[in-house]
Amino acid sequence: MKSLYAWSAIVVIVLTSTAGDVLLSRGMKQVGDVGELTRRIGVLAVLARVLKNPNFLLGVLAMATAFYSLLFGLSWGDLSLVVPASTSLTFITNAVAARIFLHERVDQRRWIAALLVAGGVVLLAA
Amino acid sequence: MTFRKYLVLAGVAFFAATGDGFIAHGMKQVGNVSLHHLADIFLVVLNPVIALGVLFLLVFFACYMTALSWADLTYVLPATSVSYVVLTLIAKFALHENVSLTRWLGILMISAGVGFVTQGPAFTPPKEKSGDLVAASVSARMEP
Repeated sequence: MKSLYAWSAIVVIVLTSTAGDVLLSRGMKQVGDVGELTRRIGVLAVLARVLKNPNFLLGVLAMATAFYSLLFGLSWGDLSLVVPASTSLTFITNAVAARIFLHERVDQRRWIAALLVAGGVVLLAA
Repeated sequence: MTFRKYLVLAGVAFFAATGDGFIAHGMKQVGNVSLHHLADIFLVVLNPVIALGVLFLLVFFACYMTALSWADLTYVLPATSVSYVVLTLIAKFALHENVSLTRWLGILMISAGVGFVTQGPAFTPPKEKSGDLVAASVSARMEP
């Protein structure tokens, strides 16, 4: 029963942090190349533009939710299960979500990279 | 990809790993935070090591957002997973933890993944008439 709680926490963490990454990525693409913008309009103007972007703000909110779900997950399950399971699964869900929602070209190379990193993260915790 | 951009990616990995390392180290100094004194969680930042960790994680977030402003999410995430390798090396050589063979194997797999993704393009150019919100803002930064 306890592991059911831990796994539902893992599912919530994976979903919210994937949503967060996708929203942050979309928001920052809307803002534009930060390095170039800073040279043109200055750091403060760039910062204001980022903080006013709705996708960025929603992304931060999703990340905060993911963080608190992680805290709950850790109180229900083992650190050695919750952290590596959620981190490695997030690499895979991000690849799927980036393809669907951000229209990124996730080619074979990127799939292999995501799977290698996801597997490596699991081994690090083993 | 310019040298500066690789520096930003390195910054993401470096500040994520060291920030987490500082916070882990500081939390061990502070000890357990009781659920009955949840407000204590706000006081932990008074610990200088944790404060430094928070500062490093803020720098990490700035680097991460900068990277996402010119590179794909599916490029940035694997490319910056070097942080796990850095964190393990810190654990081994600074914190003198025992790093098992499986962990070294994990490091090898992550490094291979990083190598794979960084060989390819960093950015998917938007389609001409996709009607995407993104299209308008990216035209200025097409580069190889």
